[in-house]
Amino acid sequence: MLEIKDLKASLADEDKQILKGVNLTVEAGKVHAIMGPNGSGKSTLSYVLSGKDGYEVTGGSVALDGKDILEMEPEERAAEGLFLAFQYPIEIPGVGNMVFMRTAVNAQRKARGEDEMSATEFLKVVRARAKTLKIDADMLKRPVNVGFSGGEKKRNEILQMAMLEPKMCILDETDSGLDVDAMKLVAEGVNALRDEGRAFLVITHYQRLLDHIKPDLVHIMADGRIIKTGGPELALEVEQNGYADILAEVA
Amino acid sequence: MADTQRNVEAAKTRLDSISLPYGGWTAEARAAALARLQSQGLPGRRDEYWRYTRPDTLTAATAPTAVPEQHDEDGVFDHLDALKIVFVDGVFDPQASDDLRLEGITLERLAATAEFDIHWAKPIYGILEMAGQTPVARPLASFNTAQARDGVLIDVKSTPSRPVSVIYRHMDANSDVTLHHVVKVGEGATFELLESGAAAARFNHVLEVDIADRGQFHHVRAQGPDLGCQLVTHLFTRLGTESVFKSFTLGANGLLTRNECVIELTGDDAVAHVAGAAIGDGDFHHDDTVFITHDALRCESRQVFKKVLRNGAVGVFQGKILVKKDAQKTDGYQISQSLLLDGDSQFLAKPELEIYADDVVCSHGSTSGAIDEDALFYLRARGIPVDVATDLLTLAFLAEALHEIESDSLSSAVGECLEVWLAQRRS
Repeated sequence: MLEIKDLKASLADEDKQILKGVNLTVEAGKVHAIMGPNGSGKSTLSYVLSGKDGYEVTGGSVALDGKDILEMEPEERAAEGLFLAFQYPIEIPGVGNMVFMRTAVNAQRKARGEDEMSATEFLKVVRARAKTLKIDADMLKRPVNVGFSGGEKKRNEILQMAMLEPKMCILDETDSGLDVDAMKLVAEGVNALRDEGRAFLVITHYQRLLDHIKPDLVHIMADGRIIKTGGPELALEVEQNGYADILAEVA
Repeated sequence: MADTQRNVEAAKTRLDSISLPYGGWTAEARAAALARLQSQGLPGRRDEYWRYTRPDTLTAATAPTAVPEQHDEDGVFDHLDALKIVFVDGVFDPQASDDLRLEGITLERLAATAEFDIHWAKPIYGILEMAGQTPVARPLASFNTAQARDGVLIDVKSTPSRPVSVIYRHMDANSDVTLHHVVKVGEGATFELLESGAAAARFNHVLEVDIADRGQFHHVRAQGPDLGCQLVTHLFTRLGTESVFKSFTLGANGLLTRNECVIELTGDDAVAHVAGAAIGDGDFHHDDTVFITHDALRCESRQVFKKVLRNGAVGVFQGKILVKKDAQKTDGYQISQSLLLDGDSQFLAKPELEIYADDVVCSHGSTSGAIDEDALFYLRARGIPVDVATDLLTLAFLAEALHEIESDSLSSAVGECLEVWLAQRRS
């Protein structure tokens, strides 16, 4: 599904290299987790994959279902099925949540040459999916993320994911700022979307999220590289001992 | 004062080249306006009040040519249930217009009453305009009063069942049009006036609105979207006790637009809101000049102006709140904001507060900014193409001004019109 080969990237303004050769392959139907200390490049990886301005790719390749995505605009990557759940979802005053989601769904459909969804059809689907995420009608009507609590913003991200039905989902610290109940709700939303044809890359600091979203593989990222890969037990090891042992091991 | 002399000379030359109407009930007001213009002179580019907008093309002897554009879509308010009055290049079109009868109001054309010796509009025509000439001279409004031959005169005795919609059409590349409208809103009555379309290659427009106690006047207009037109408008209003005035203007393109709004709150507890949204691309100069005088107790005024500019477009805002000595408990607020879509465009703002009462709340704000890159990326990351995402954020930016429109159906009509104009620009 997602094939990252020797990906190198730096900040465009500062000429500071952050990703120093990331190798990672996520197969369809799998959930991979990335953990790592602060500043290891986890969020940068998610931004580079989704095409945010301000980063310069200096080497390597990224393929989604065999297609090189690095030359694509962010909206083209989205239409190809890439989705990033933001660590800090953006508030957009003046743009209604519903209008935003319908515009996004139909823009992607149009880009893929599919029929657009009618307003009534969309409304039906979004209401049903919002309900399972405990997102009420008021949140759908309000401007995008404006006045939402931390938990509501993250649930809104998952709702967008449910509506867009991407192939490859990247969750950037979706657990940050969530209490236990909110995390469970978000995790349930993600689990409901697990599917043979869909893959997840879950970026997190804490093992707790992985109790709810069970990963197939866990990668440890440090200083712009994946330095260790293992099963779910690797996350437990980090939880208990921190990163020091692992860092010492590979050094 | 060489410039004043020059302005006066310019007025003389200009007046020599045109013929003015003669006689009738407006004769006194026209004579007074003519005398005013002769002493004020035409605006010159060194006048402080015209510091950000060059008046040359508005004062020139002949109107610059503007090729009329064909628009496929209907007019902004065409689908609304309203009494329609159509002017084609300033000439009343009886075929396209509705029968000028509506219960509760008297509706006449200035041209049709020209010969009358007496008329209900006499205490308003040129009178509110004259009151609005101090402390700042507005010579192009004097000029309008002196030379206008047509316009609509509306006497609202009680609330009519539907709005009046004045529709302007521009067919002649050389049309140079002056129209002068008068609205009198009677005690406790509510009236909605709509104006839409590009009127002429050059258009000088005056609207005087006298609102009696507890009367309400709601005004929504859409100017454009023709590219080449020159436009100067003056809206003068006087508000009685507990009356309400709300005016919103949508501006899209047009070479030069100067919209002046002069509001006098003379009755206690009156409310006046004036708002505008403008989108300009390329050769576009858009000026909103507002002067609000608080001269009564506990009145509320709002000025909300938003402009979206790109490709060298220029936006101007001059907004003033004057609070007289006894206008205690005044609540005044003004905000002017621009969204600059590139580095070539500019926004010039001159907010002014002049306050002589000591128990008031008055504030103003002005900002200029670019599209929020984080918001843009967020939308794109969800698959929305960059131009559509930019339009979404543009509409979001303008939304605050659109909120000032009282009627939801009008607000959405204006919103839809904006969407169409933005989409056309994209294609």
